Amino acid sequence: MHQIRVHGRGGQGVVTDAELIAISAFEDGKQSQAFPSFGVERTGAPIESFARIDNKPIRIREQIYNPDVLVVLDVSLFKGSDILGDCDKKTQIVINTGKNKDQLGLSLPLKNIYTVNATQIALDIIGKDVANTTTLGAFAKANKLISIQGLEKAIKQKFNEKGKDIVDKNIKAVRQAYK
Amino acid sequence: MQILEGSRAIAYTIKNISPEVISAYPITPQTHIVEDLAQFKADDKADYEYVLAESEFAAASIIAGASSAGSRVYSATSSQGLLLMSEVLFNIAGMRLPIIITCANRGVSAPITIWNDHQDAVTIRDAGWIMFFAENHQESVQQHILAYKIAEKLNLPVMINIDGYILTHSYEPVFIPNASKIKKFLLKKADTNTKLLDPQKPITMGAFASPNYYMEIRQKLHQDIMTSAEVIKNEYEKYIKIFQPKNRDHNNKYKSFDNGLIEYYGPPEPQTILIAKGSVVGTIKEMVDNYKKVGVIKVKVYRPFPEEEIKNIIKKVKNVAVLDKSISLGQEGPLALDVKALKATYELKSKIQGFVVGLGGRDITQKMIKDIISLSQKQSSKNIFICK
Repeated sequence: MHQIRVHGRGGQGVVTDAELIAISAFEDGKQSQAFPSFGVERTGAPIESFARIDNKPIRIREQIYNPDVLVVLDVSLFKGSDILGDCDKKTQIVINTGKNKDQLGLSLPLKNIYTVNATQIALDIIGKDVANTTTLGAFAKANKLISIQGLEKAIKQKFNEKGKDIVDKNIKAVRQAYK
Repeated sequence: MQILEGSRAIAYTIKNISPEVISAYPITPQTHIVEDLAQFKADDKADYEYVLAESEFAAASIIAGASSAGSRVYSATSSQGLLLMSEVLFNIAGMRLPIIITCANRGVSAPITIWNDHQDAVTIRDAGWIMFFAENHQESVQQHILAYKIAEKLNLPVMINIDGYILTHSYEPVFIPNASKIKKFLLKKADTNTKLLDPQKPITMGAFASPNYYMEIRQKLHQDIMTSAEVIKNEYEKYIKIFQPKNRDHNNKYKSFDNGLIEYYGPPEPQTILIAKGSVVGTIKEMVDNYKKVGVIKVKVYRPFPEEEIKNIIKKVKNVAVLDKSISLGQEGPLALDVKALKATYELKSKIQGFVVGLGGRDITQKMIKDIISLSQKQSSKNIFICK
């Protein structure tokens, strides 16, 4: 079983990210689960969400304490909260940042750190500061837990009600981040 | 199969069950279930009347009225909302209305909480409703369909409890039976025997009952709830034959015993058994796989209490740990009390230990389950709170 935890702030689409990961994995033919950290929804407050991927049905409901992959949508969270506290040498971390990974000063092996300037890609393509979907393009590339095709299907499914334009722009942004 | 949010899965199921009247109060504490059902109606994808209520008391009253006039009805609520309905819930059961409500289980204020536990549901335990508890999305879909069959067959209301947030807000693969298959499974209107309000043939429902009559009416309600257990078992068997997709348990270490009232998962001769209801059972099953002599009983139907089934499984077991996500303040966890009563009735030798877990959304971890297993083999005292 692979366990993924997403960190960000209220309004950044943290919960949506875990859901997209789970839907993508399901579309890839795997079993999956996603749930939020059940916080009160306040814009700007630190938010966590969780996703699990496995080859067999997932029974466990516990929150994720030792993630295999950590997704960080907002680097300001490294200050003031200990989101890396339960990560170890094996934890992979996918970060939305314009900085190089060696500039971040994180206490994790550099080889496990993947960065993507998802905010910039989102601003360029979607025209809004919504880095959540774009970051998942880099996520798919970094660990192959989900396929880019699965992710595109998930975006179509999840954003269908928002219209074709939003779906297309998000898929374009995700492909850009996957490169 | 599709992957859906729990609330959406229930909303689709209800849509396919085709109720005629839905009423709900849409503000906190509420879930996406009624939001989705309102959207289906707004999008012209559903035929039911959707009545926006001014409170949960009104929502329950509106569906009570519609049900009295012969409509298939639905509502969903949670925590404070369920408690605000409580007076009407007793009336619904007393009037023998086949009403279905989903309770997205959450804690009760104060202090203010929006998070999951079972305090809301156990607080109205004695209202006269059949009470289901679901472990996962698939089971909640199944229990909603079963609920309508049982309610309309027996003229008893059924409440389906699903853990707030943990199930209502989570995504997982689920299969939703289609409307025509559900229609075939449920009773035809002509086959139901509800006494209806009809201007041509006026009757009084929920009338005044003097001391000469009240007690027998209550006794009858109790007996009918008790005997509903057999109907639930039979309908569950039929349901599995018709609807169940390929066995979800095919990768599990043990094969489950499940009769619709309870599920037992674990070795054939366990020394320790955990008893719980709702989504936490998933986490417990995960832990059971790590032990040789530990099993878990999932209480799927809480009222009527599946005494016989639980007794048969725990009678030879040394240690029984009962997990409650609620407490009868000043006494113990309500489920633990039920199991202790059963021990006394049947003079069982098993040691029963109650544990209070997961109040107000406290995450129930694998470590806690491990601690409960070892504590149940050692101490013996009332109410151990497992806070971390």
